[in-house]
Amino acid sequence: MSTTKQQLWSEEVPSFKEADLEEDEMILQMGPQHPSTHGVLRVELLTDGEVVKQARPHIGYLHRNFEKHAENVDYPGVIPFADRMDYVGSMANSLTYALTVEKLMGIQVNERVKTIRVLVAELQRIASHLLSVGTYGIDIGAFTPFLHCFRDREMVLDLFEWLCGARLLYNYNWVGGVSHDLPEGWVEKSRWFVDQFEHTIDEVDELLSFNKIFTKRTATVGIIPPEMAVSYAISGPNLRGSGIKWDIRKEEPYCGYENYDFEIPIGTAEHGPIGSCWDRYYVRVLEMRESCKIIRQALARLPEGDVHEHVPKRVKPAKGEAYLRTETPRGELAYYVVSDGGLIPFRVKGRSPCFVHMSLFHEIARGEMIADIIAIIGSLDIVLGEIDR
Amino acid sequence: MITQARRIEMKILPVISVAVVLGAAGLIAFIAALPVIAALLSSLIDANLPEAIRPVAKRGLGVAAVVGFLSLFPIFAIWFERKVAAHTQDRLGPMRVGWHGVLQSFADGIKLLFKEDIIPAEGDAILFRLAPYLVVAGAFAAFAVLPWGDGLVVSDLDIGVLYIVAIGSFAAIGILMAGWASNNKYSLFGGMRSAAQLVSYEIPTVLTLLVVVVQVGSLNLQDIVAAQQGGLFNWFVFRMYGINAIAFVVFFICGLAETNRTPFDLPEAESELVAGFHTEYSGMRFAFFFLAEYGSMFLVSGLAVVLFLGGWQGVLASQIVPGPLSFMTKTLFLVFVQMWLRWTLPRLRVDQLMAMCWKYLIPIAFALLVVAGFLALPN
Repeated sequence: MSTTKQQLWSEEVPSFKEADLEEDEMILQMGPQHPSTHGVLRVELLTDGEVVKQARPHIGYLHRNFEKHAENVDYPGVIPFADRMDYVGSMANSLTYALTVEKLMGIQVNERVKTIRVLVAELQRIASHLLSVGTYGIDIGAFTPFLHCFRDREMVLDLFEWLCGARLLYNYNWVGGVSHDLPEGWVEKSRWFVDQFEHTIDEVDELLSFNKIFTKRTATVGIIPPEMAVSYAISGPNLRGSGIKWDIRKEEPYCGYENYDFEIPIGTAEHGPIGSCWDRYYVRVLEMRESCKIIRQALARLPEGDVHEHVPKRVKPAKGEAYLRTETPRGELAYYVVSDGGLIPFRVKGRSPCFVHMSLFHEIARGEMIADIIAIIGSLDIVLGEIDR
Repeated sequence: MITQARRIEMKILPVISVAVVLGAAGLIAFIAALPVIAALLSSLIDANLPEAIRPVAKRGLGVAAVVGFLSLFPIFAIWFERKVAAHTQDRLGPMRVGWHGVLQSFADGIKLLFKEDIIPAEGDAILFRLAPYLVVAGAFAAFAVLPWGDGLVVSDLDIGVLYIVAIGSFAAIGILMAGWASNNKYSLFGGMRSAAQLVSYEIPTVLTLLVVVVQVGSLNLQDIVAAQQGGLFNWFVFRMYGINAIAFVVFFICGLAETNRTPFDLPEAESELVAGFHTEYSGMRFAFFFLAEYGSMFLVSGLAVVLFLGGWQGVLASQIVPGPLSFMTKTLFLVFVQMWLRWTLPRLRVDQLMAMCWKYLIPIAFALLVVAGFLALPN
C-alpha cells in the first residue's frame, strides 16, 4: 500500500486516487477437502475477484500404487485392484482387465458370458452416469435431481448385490468368465428396472436438463472445441460432447457389441457453442437411454451356457504382451499387460480416461468464474481413484 | 437388540411428541385468540399499572411475544423445511425423533447448544463474535412493525415501510463482517457476494414497495392493510390491472435474494463456497445465522402478505377468521413457496444474479412505479 501508518496519523489527510488502489490476485486452494472436487483433487486457483485467471490441478492424493501392486499378485488377484481404480464404474474396469488377460492367453469365452458382461457393463454405465448427472445437479445448486438419481442407482446396486454379493466393488469379471451365473428372477427384475428407469430419465430432463437456470449456467462455459478435444486425446462422453462420433463399442467392438443396435449420442450445441458443459452432461443423459436399449436386447437374447466353461485352472499366460481398450462410462480405458511367462504379471499399465481429461482442465478453466470451475470439474466427470491409481 | 437408552427413548418420545403436537394445536388456538388476549392484557395493564409505565409495559409485552415467536418459529420451520425437502426428493425426512420427527429440531438445537464455540485463531475475534448478533438483530428488529391483526402490532410506526427497509440492511453488514472476520477466503467471497447481492436487490425491493405506497398514500403498514379491506378482490395483488401482480412477483423474487435462498443462495453456496460466510462458525453462533435466515424468511413472506395479499384481512368481506390466523396462514404458505423453490431450482451465477437485478428487475420495478404513480393520481 502506498500509505503507511505514519502517513495516516500525520496532520495532512492523504488523498487517495484510483491509481493508489492496489490490485492483487488471490490464490485460492480449492480442495482436497472441497465437496465439489469429486474426490480429493486440489485445484490451485489464481483469482482476480470472482474471475479465475489460472487453474492448476494437483493430483496424487488418492495414489494407491495400483500398478506396483499388480506386479506382486497373480493375474486374477489384480481384478479387485482394477475394481478399485474407478470405484463408481468397477464392472467396466475389471471387465477391461479380464478382456486384456484373455487376449493375452487367447481365451474365447462363450456367448452367455459375453452377454452377461454386456449386461453388467451397461448397468454399470447407467449407475455411473446417474451418479455423474445427479452430482452435477448438486454442483449447480439443485439438490433434488441428485436424490432422484440415487434412488434409481440404488436399484442397480441392488441388482449387482443380488448377482455377486457386493454393491460397489464386485470382483465379478473373471479371466475366462464371470464369478456367478445370473440368479433366478434376475432377468425379470432387470427388465422391470429398465422399464421404470426411462421415466426417471424423463424426470431428470424435466427437473434439470432443460431448466432455464441450469442451461444458462452450463451451456456457455467450459467449451472444448472439437480440435482441442482431439489434440488432447480425450474420450468418452467428454469427446462426444464436442460433437465427435467416437465410441470404442462401435470402432473396436468387444463382447459382441457389434450385434447390438444402439446409437452414439453426440453434443448438439442446443443451448450454446458445441463442447460446452451442458453438451457433455446431456450426452450422458442420452447414453443412459441407449444403455437401456442395449440391456433390453441383451436380456432378450441371453443364451444358455456355463459361465465357468472357459475359466482356466491356472492363469499362466505365455510370454508376451497385450493391449486392449474398452469404452467405460468415463471414456477409453485401456490395460497394457506384459507377461514373462510366470504366474505374476510382469507389468500392468492402466490408461485411464480421467487422467487424460484432467490434462486439459487448465485450458478450459482459464478466464471462467469460480462457480464455473465447479461446473467444469463436474462436467468432466472425473474419478480421482482412476486418475491417481 | 434394544439398548436401555433406546428403551427409555421409546417410552419418552411418544409422550413428548403428543405434547408438541398438542402444543402446536394450542399455539394455533392462541394465535386465533390473540386479539382477545391482547385486549385482555391491555385492559389489565390499564387497570393495575400507573399511567406512566403503561405504554412501556404494553411494548414490553409485544416485544416478548415477538421474540418468543421468533425463537420458536425456526424450530418449526427447520422441521418443516426438512419435510418439504424430503417429500420433494421422494424420501421421508426425519422420522425417528418423535412422531414424524417433530422433535428433530429440538434434538438438533440441543446438539448445537453443546457444541464447542470455535473462533479462528487468525480471525478477528471481536467482529467474529459480533456478526451473528447483528444478523439476528436485523432480522428480529424488523418484526416490530409487522401487523399481526387489527391493532396488533408492537410499534405502530408511521414510517413502517421505511423502517423495515432500513433495518433489513443490518443483515448485510453482519454477513460481511462474518465473512471478513473468519479469515477464510471462502468466507470472504461469501461475504462480498452477499454485500453486492443485498445492496443491489434492495433497489427493486424498495421500488416495488413504493408501488403499493403510492396507492395507499401512507408508509404505515396498518394503513396499507386497512386499504385492502373488503374481501379477496380488494387485495392489492388483484388491483390496478395486474400491475400490482407483477410488482408482487418482483418483490417476492427480491425477497428470495435478500434472504439468501436458492436460486440466490450464492453467499452460502454449498458446492462452491462450502457454506460461504458461516464456514467457520460452530455451535450456537452457527445456529444464530439460521435463526436469522428463518426469521427473515418469515419477515419477507409476512411483508409480501401485508403489502399485496391483504395482511390480516380475510378472503371474505367480513372478518370471520381471526386476523392473526389469516395472516399466519398466508405467510406460512409463502414460506412454503420459498422452500418449494429452494428444493426445485438450481443456483444462478454471480454475474447472472447481478444481470437479473440490474437489467430486468430494476427497469421493471421502475416502470411499474411510474405507471402506478400515474394511475393513483387523484383525479
